[in-house]
Parts: sequence; C-alpha cells; structure tokens
Amino acid sequence: MKSAVIVFPGSNCDRDMAVALTKVTGQKPVMVWHQDTDFEAVDFIALPGGFSYGDYLRCGAMSARSPVMTEVIKRANNGVPTFGVCNGFQVLTETGLLPGALMRNANLHFVCKDVRMSVENAESMFTNDYAAGEEITIPVAHHDGNYFADRDTLDRLEGEGHVAFKYTADINGAQRRIAGILNAKGNVLGMMPHPERMIEPALGGTDGRKMFTSIMNRLG
Amino acid sequence: MSDVNAIKITPEIVKEHGLTVEEYQRIVTAMGREPNYTELGIYSVMWSEHCSYKSSRFHLKKLPTKAPWVICGPGENAGVIDIGDGQAAIFKMESHNHPSYIEPYQGAATGVGGILRDVFTMGARPVANMNALRFGDPDHPKTKHLLAGVVEGIGGYGNCVGVPTVGGETNFDPSYNGNILVNAMTVGIADTDKIFYCAAAGVGNPVVYVGSKTGRDGIHGATMASAEFTEDSEEKRPTVQVGDPFTEKLLIEACLELMATDAIIAIQDMGAAGLTSSSVEMASKGGVGFELNLDKVPQREANMTPYEMCLSESQERMLMVLKPGREAMAQAIFEKWELDFAVIGEITDTGKLTLTFGGEVVGDMPIASLVEDAPEYERPFEKPAPRKAATVAATDDLNKAVLDLIGGPHLCSRRWIWEQYDHTVMGDTIQRPGGDAAVVRVHGTAKALAISTDVTPRYCYADPVEGGKQAVAETWRNITAVGGLPLAITNCLNFGNPERIDIMGQFVGCLEGMGEACIALDYPIVSGNVSLYNETNGSGILPTPAIGGVGVMADSNMMATIAFKGEGQTILLIGETKDELGASLYQRDILGADPENAGAPPHVDLTVERRNGDFVRALIANGQLTTCHDLSDGGLIAALADMAIAGSVGANVTIEGDVPLHVSLFSETQARYLLAADPDTAEDIRKEAKDAGIPVAVLGETGGERLSINDGTVDISMADLAKAHSDWMPNFMAKTS
Repeated sequence: MKSAVIVFPGSNCDRDMAVALTKVTGQKPVMVWHQDTDFEAVDFIALPGGFSYGDYLRCGAMSARSPVMTEVIKRANNGVPTFGVCNGFQVLTETGLLPGALMRNANLHFVCKDVRMSVENAESMFTNDYAAGEEITIPVAHHDGNYFADRDTLDRLEGEGHVAFKYTADINGAQRRIAGILNAKGNVLGMMPHPERMIEPALGGTDGRKMFTSIMNRLG
Repeated sequence: MSDVNAIKITPEIVKEHGLTVEEYQRIVTAMGREPNYTELGIYSVMWSEHCSYKSSRFHLKKLPTKAPWVICGPGENAGVIDIGDGQAAIFKMESHNHPSYIEPYQGAATGVGGILRDVFTMGARPVANMNALRFGDPDHPKTKHLLAGVVEGIGGYGNCVGVPTVGGETNFDPSYNGNILVNAMTVGIADTDKIFYCAAAGVGNPVVYVGSKTGRDGIHGATMASAEFTEDSEEKRPTVQVGDPFTEKLLIEACLELMATDAIIAIQDMGAAGLTSSSVEMASKGGVGFELNLDKVPQREANMTPYEMCLSESQERMLMVLKPGREAMAQAIFEKWELDFAVIGEITDTGKLTLTFGGEVVGDMPIASLVEDAPEYERPFEKPAPRKAATVAATDDLNKAVLDLIGGPHLCSRRWIWEQYDHTVMGDTIQRPGGDAAVVRVHGTAKALAISTDVTPRYCYADPVEGGKQAVAETWRNITAVGGLPLAITNCLNFGNPERIDIMGQFVGCLEGMGEACIALDYPIVSGNVSLYNETNGSGILPTPAIGGVGVMADSNMMATIAFKGEGQTILLIGETKDELGASLYQRDILGADPENAGAPPHVDLTVERRNGDFVRALIANGQLTTCHDLSDGGLIAALADMAIAGSVGANVTIEGDVPLHVSLFSETQARYLLAADPDTAEDIRKEAKDAGIPVAVLGETGGERLSINDGTVDISMADLAKAHSDWMPNFMAKTS
C-alpha cells in the first residue's frame, strides 16, 4: 500500500504518522511538502496532527488553502482514501471535505490522555478490522477537538452511519461525543484521537493498528 | 539615527542599568574611555548577574563536571553526554522565574522556547521537555492564577512545537508567594559527530542572522532577572518577551536541515541579552572580533535604535557563522521554512565587537572586556549552624494524616497539570508523567533515556549541604527506580539575594553537597543556570537548587513502573528506616511545624545510596523486577499509596519492630525503595539482598480494596485514597474564591 503524508509548516505528527504507516503496512510513505502542487500516485493520503501555521487563525484554516490541498481535494473527490488526524481533521473540515467544525475544548484546556471510544461504523474502509460497537483506547492531544455541526447535519451523520467513532465519556464538549466522522462516500475520515500513537504495547496498547490494517484489507 | 548615543551618561542612568559606581568605573577602565549609551547598555547586560554569573562563578568552578562519557560540560549552550552507538544526549535546565511571575503564560512559554533553542543549537533534535515549578501558598491570592498561566504557557509552547512534556515536579511553599520558580529542561538527541559549538572562526566569514525579526520586546530582560522584586514589579511587564512556538518549530526544522550539511562553523541562539550576548559569546569563544551592520538586522518595528536592537530579547532567533560561499544554499533552506535570513556582518581580527548603523560606528568594545573583565565577586557567606535531630510527635489519627498528605497539595496527583501537556507526541514516551522518572525511547533504537527533576527545598533550608546532596541523590534514585543508569545532571540554582550573607551561605552549602554527591555517584554536572535575587521586599525563597538528571537504559523493555501489577504480589522494602522526621513533609503539613525549628533533615549516606541503587537497578535490568518506587517526600506510606493507586489494587502491610509506627510510615530516610514481585521472585530478591548486606524487609502483599497497615491501625479504602489523591488539584483550580 503506497501512502503519502502531507507536511504543512507546523505539522508535528508527520513523523509519527510515517513511522506508524511504515510499521503497520511495511512500506514507507512519501512525505509531501505543502507547496507541492502535484505528487506521485498513492493509494492513501494522510493529513497528520500538529499546529499547522501555529493554529494562529482557526485551526486548519491556513493549511486548507495550501497549494497541495487543491490536489488532495481533487484526489479525495476521485475516491482516494484520505485520512486526517487531529489537525488533519481540522484541515479536512476547513476544506469542506467533511462537514462541521472543531471548536475549542469546552473546558478551554488542552487535553492529552488516553480515551475510550466506541467504533460506531465498523464497515468503512478505515474501520473494518474493528468489531461493531467495539470499545478501544486511543490517545487524544488537542486544544480544539470540540466537534460541532448543526442538528440536521448531526442527524444525517448518525442516520447514515457516517459517525466512525464516539467517545464513551465527554472529553471536549463534542456534540453527541463525536470523535471521528466519514464523508458521504466513505473515503474521507477525520478524527481527533491519534491512532498512530497506539500501535505497540510499549506505547500503551495496539488499538490504533486496526485503522491501518483496515485500509490494507480494503486496498488488498 | 543613533540619537540615543547623544544621551549623556549620568549616575542615574548607570544605576538604572543595574550597575554599581565601581562597576561603571571598571567599564571606563576596560574601554579606556566613557562608554556611549549603546555601549553602556551592552555592558550592563553582559555584566548582569544573569549573564556574567558574577556572584556564583567562583563557586561553580568547584563543581565536578567530568566523566569518561561527558562530551561537553558547562560553558556551551547545553551539556553533552555519550549514550553509546555514536549518539549523544544534549540537555540543560534553565530558569524563567522573574518573567513568569510578571506574566505567567508568556514567561513560562518563552522559558520553554529558550531551553529548546539551547539544545537544538547544538545539533540535537529535542525529544523531551521537563520542568520544575514552585508556587506560593495555595491560599495566597495569586497562586491559582500563576499556576494556571504557567501550565498553560508551558503547554502552549511545547505542544505546538511538538516536543513531549514528559514530567516534572510542582510544589507549593509560602516562600514562593512573591517569587515563583519556573525551571524548564529540554533533552535532545544528536549524533556524536554532528555536534555544533558556538566558537566563531575564520576572519572574513559571514555572520548570519536567522529566525524571527527583532522587535522591542524583552529589552533589559536579563537585567530585570538580576534584581529583587518590589511592589512595582508588575510594571516590568514590557520586559517580558512574547513567544511564537510556530516559528520555533520552523526554526528547529530549518536548523536541523542546514546542520545536515557542512555549512555551519558556529551557531548560537539569541537568548538573554539577545544579539549582544550571542555575538559576544561566539567571538569570545573563538578569540575573534565581530563587525555587525545593524541596518541589516531584520526588524519588526520601525525606527529601532542600535540600543534597542542590541538589547532586544525577541524570541526565536539564532546567529550563525557560515563557511564562505554557503550563504545561498543556507538562505534557500530558511526561505523554504519562511524564516528571515540575513548576513549582518563578518568576523574580524580586531578582537572587538564593532557595531555600525547608518554608516556610523555606534559601538566599539573589546570582546575580552565584556566577558573576562566582568566583575567576579567572592561574596561573604555564612552557612547555618548544624541542627540537632528533631523529636517529632506522633499523631492521634493516622488515617486522617495519611489522607491529608495523599490528598494534600504536596502529594496529590498532578494529572490536572500534565494532561495539559502533550506527553505522547513523537511516539517514544514509554513512561508517562506520574512515575519516578519519565522514560523516552531513543528513536529507532532499543535504548531509552530516563529523566527526572528533583530538589527538596525544606532540606536545603534546614541544612544546605545535606539538601544539596539529597537533590542530586533523589534524581539518581528516581532514574534508578525505573531501571536507568544515571549518567549526568543539569542544574538550575534558584536562590535569594547573594549580597546577603545567609543566602550566600545557602548557595555555597548546597553546591558543596551537590559536588559531593556528584563525585560519589559518578554523576557529573554538564550544564546549568543560576537564578539569584529571587526575593520580594527582602524576603527570599527557600534555597532551591533544582536538579535535572538523565540516565540511559540499554534495553527499554527492561523497565519498572510504580503501579502494583495485580493481587498477591509480595511487597519488599529495600533500605533501612531511621528516625528521620526532621524537615519531613509529615512534620510540616500534619504537625504544622515551624521551618526554623524543624531540626536536621535526613542524612544522605552516599555509599549506601549507591549500594542500594545499584542493587535495585540490576534487578530491573535482569528482568526480576518490574514494580519499583523510590521513597521520598511522605516516606513509606506515600510510596505505598502511590503504588496502590497507580495499580488500582490495595495492600496489606505489617511493619515489625519497636520503632513507633508514625516514624516507620513518615520518616524520610534516604536510599530506600519499595518493590513488588510475585512471591517466588520476591523471595529470591530478599535472599540476594541479604547476601549483599542490603537491609531488606518483607512488608506484606498486594490485594483487596483497602490499604491496611498493622491489622487495621491504618485502614483506608482504596476508593477514598484514590479520590483524595485525584481530587485536590482539580478542586483547588475550580475554586472561585
């Protein structure tokens, strides 16, 4: 499985994502600089966590308008699996590839801890290695993970099975405890927790691995 | 344009610059003429306590700094030790006390930024941040605001830069009411053949400025940090710098990218006293002169004077000397990262720092005079008289005492703090905050680094020599308790006004103890920082020589943590417990003893410390032991409670002998560890300890939902204990009064 990790100025989980992809898929991803307007064909695109552009404007707003994103959006619309974690999720909502927005955590504090979440959709190309309703533990580390969308959007996300993960307890004030969502086509996933930080026992667990093995299952 | 230099130097202006009349005369002698205003400003920062170490240098020279694994000791941006396989750990701890009291968020944030730069300047990728924080009495009206701001500032900077903040310590004492301490530490990893130093070389080589633009922030920060506070200290807010962690992140990546080439001759970050101290340092170390054209300095604001540019402490800036002809290649890297890059001068053979602006020479000073001619004071000192051992009373309610300690400000969980720090980014944190030492793997290897910051200011106040020894020994013990081999330390020496004979006595005593411990434990000092004048209106802080220790584990799978690993494990105590309740936490917080009459602190027997520690470390390394906790503040009961809470399992313990139970539970005798292992392994360990002549006692076993000691003499449900431990800090921070 050939993957790409997009690197923005201020990305800081790009290496972690590359390490996880390499460890789980056995193949090193290509690292794509945000100024590149084209990059080689890949099976999978990852937008990593971090503080792109310092999060000085709305999180992800600047990166969503980076030169590389025109190409990322085009490929995502053509069905290439595209995956955003934390700041990457924020970028995806800012591009409009995913609905809603990530607001400041309800208690206004940055939060870094392992959280429990339930797999709400175990069919998608990103989650098919999990069991439906399975509870998993994945770390979060964010200041702006409070997912918000209007009621119709939330109803639609839930009704159509596009909520991928929900926290089992309130972490950041997110509407309906949403931790991760899919687009309507199911090929774009954004989530606040960091599966790439939970891929080996020494780091506290392996619940994050199935994110990557799910994609491998689907891509063959 | 250089109008400021038309200002006539008066005694008032000299005083405003924090210089004494004698020091001013010394400048005139060194220069052979009166300085102009810009030059006076430069001398004032270079000769400030913060930059010149004028009160401490004499004593710092006595500290042990060498070992076969030390690649670079004090004097560079950070210390460097060999961790094998061609790799080095580079680390330092630094204070940002004064600015953090004035403006806690930015003060703490820029403290983190500054220490990160000290480490990546030397070619290391920063891999871990730590800190040591001291606040005033929890009931003091400012404490909560300062704690909240400092924690948010440390997180705001470190989280954005993407370096995990993996541990530290936070304590409270009324002596810090007007002077909080914010000490930040960074550890980085580099290849031993790719370490960068600051000595400039090569007449004619370009001097290059990179990073953020220069603004008017932080002017005279170093001078401010070298004075006591008074009521109007908050008016000093404009001297506090403003941090930009995003730019720092870009600067790290750009510098490391350029460092992968061979273009850099010397590099130095612009820290305290900014452009001035970085150029003076580089020129002084290299024995050369610098000519700088200030018109070329990237400026954030219009009409900045040479004085302002030289003294600005704007953050996220570096100075480099490049090999000739490499400018274009280097510039391309910095432009890719959207950072300023400007050749602002060149190396000369004049031995002077020559500054030009608008075509005029606005400053011309002999480099040597700025560094070597700085005053050095051998200030008078008096160490406190040795204290007698205290007899410390029992308490009539042991259960309450235990709950009050575990659920009190000193021993309660710091989760509220460290959950605001990203401690898992970079994917190598294998021991998170809350244990004895943080452990981060050396990326892509089997090795790991163990890191701990410690000091017990109560002990340092009661007996500076023992306190100095204990601070070093405790980091050593904490690193040992996770399985690390302690290799070297950095220190951050926070004290009051050195012009006071008793404060200087504390300083000298602590250093003496630290030195003794470093030698006995083969654990040299490789970097450090001194912060004096931590006083407000004549009232000084407790002596606080914070120590940051770094150790290495050859195999990161061989690691111990504090949590009990289930029921039915045998609990062992290594080390002898003596009646040492003087200056203990129990005495202070349960009995409310006056620190003046607290008696002698626990004695540190370094031979025993080493013997017991080496024994425990070997057990972890050979796979016999995975559960271990050192004993420190609060003694045996505090360690036992920590282990039970971390493992969510109770314990049933019997303490034999005729020592009063409160002594057994709360004594802070050093060189002790609590271990837990399955019964067979525990028996093996007990025999091995006995054979090695190491005091060992079987205390009981893990299990159940209560912490019970001596048939219920102490008997607390785990639920109550865990709740007391977890709730104090969030409740305190949520209080609105």
